[in-house]
Amino acid sequence: MSDKPKQDIHEYLAELDDIPGTRIYTAARARKGYWINQFAMSLMKPENRDRFKADQRAYLDEWNISEEAKQALLVRDYNKLLDLGGNVYFLSKLFSADGLPFAEAVSTMTDMTWPEYRQMMMDGGRSAEGNRSIRANLAALKDTN
Amino acid sequence: MARITAGVGSSHVPLLGVAVDQGKTRDDYFGPIFAGYDWTRQWETEAKPDVVILVYNDHASAFDANIIPTFAIGCGERYKSADEGWGPRPVPDVEGHADMAWHIAQSLILDDFDMTIINEMDVDHGLTVPLSMMFGQPEKWPVKVVPVAVNVVTYPVPSGNRCWALGEAIARAVESFPEDLNVQIWGTGGMSHQLQGPRAGLLNREWDNKFLDLLSSDTDAARYIPHIEYLRETGSEGIEMVMWLIMRGALGEKVKTLHRHYHIPCSNTAIGHIVLEPAI
Repeated sequence: MSDKPKQDIHEYLAELDDIPGTRIYTAARARKGYWINQFAMSLMKPENRDRFKADQRAYLDEWNISEEAKQALLVRDYNKLLDLGGNVYFLSKLFSADGLPFAEAVSTMTDMTWPEYRQMMMDGGRSAEGNRSIRANLAALKDTN
Repeated sequence: MARITAGVGSSHVPLLGVAVDQGKTRDDYFGPIFAGYDWTRQWETEAKPDVVILVYNDHASAFDANIIPTFAIGCGERYKSADEGWGPRPVPDVEGHADMAWHIAQSLILDDFDMTIINEMDVDHGLTVPLSMMFGQPEKWPVKVVPVAVNVVTYPVPSGNRCWALGEAIARAVESFPEDLNVQIWGTGGMSHQLQGPRAGLLNREWDNKFLDLLSSDTDAARYIPHIEYLRETGSEGIEMVMWLIMRGALGEKVKTLHRHYHIPCSNTAIGHIVLEPAI
């Protein structure tokens, strides 16, 4: 084993929140979104998918989920759901229930339409340039002003 | 004695499974990807491994939000393809190697790796897509599989250093298994991709290729790449590449690179794979 210095948990977590347009699925988010994710997980069973599709609101009301999250689930506001502790691998059960291809569902979280997003991927994807750090972006902005 | 004869790093994008299952592997979109795997599929028919230790992550299929094992090993006799919301992939059941898996599990625990043991589970695209990429569409998979599931979803995920050390311990465990078996270890996932938020769609050809260079070399520098570097440079789901380090750690200090391939894009993801052999 190496003798590398121990990672400080507070610094570690602070860095995870310094990435633009990204919600890293930390323990805090996992706690907050627990029932959103467990609800999504339930859609893996065909009989649950059928019940959900028949009456989405009634199915959601069976779960210990906040009204805010229920609304976000009903309108498929995935960025909001990330903020509320949803995780994309769980939320993808809802993509599947909707019959939406994964990449198309992902594109709804960006400022692009699905055809625009698909074209961006064909052209090599989104660059890391300017997308690495919120702090660095703010510092750069300050320098130019 | 059992021995690790080769290591493979490979993406496990679910859309590749769809391409195989729907016969689209040679169309304009998927053609360049599958052409990159032609060499590897041919090589596997000659390498004829008995067992593959398949390092992957579960994508909310076998594990829900309730129980989150950092490192888990499948010790069952067989595993079915998971229903990920579309119905299960039409692939053969995956046959385990329970004797070897239990041997590895016990050895790892004595070697200070406190593994979670799984007796029954379904396996999702993370495990079945690499099998399809390496073996095509056989009626029965030509290998037994020891699944090693890694948490790369809920933070903190294991460090690169810990993953590399786990690979080293897996190699020691395999070497002490008395049966004469040809064993490969595969690390799967990646390469750069981000599936969430306004930054979704991030890809990083330059960084991914630097990572492939590091794995091909005789240095262990890759084990010290911090999580935040994967996240900033390769997107939130690029972190899956720590699983490749388990494979690389198991191959020892020096390796020979047999094949390497990289292509952008597949769905939201940069596709890469590498075939390595331990060298003296």
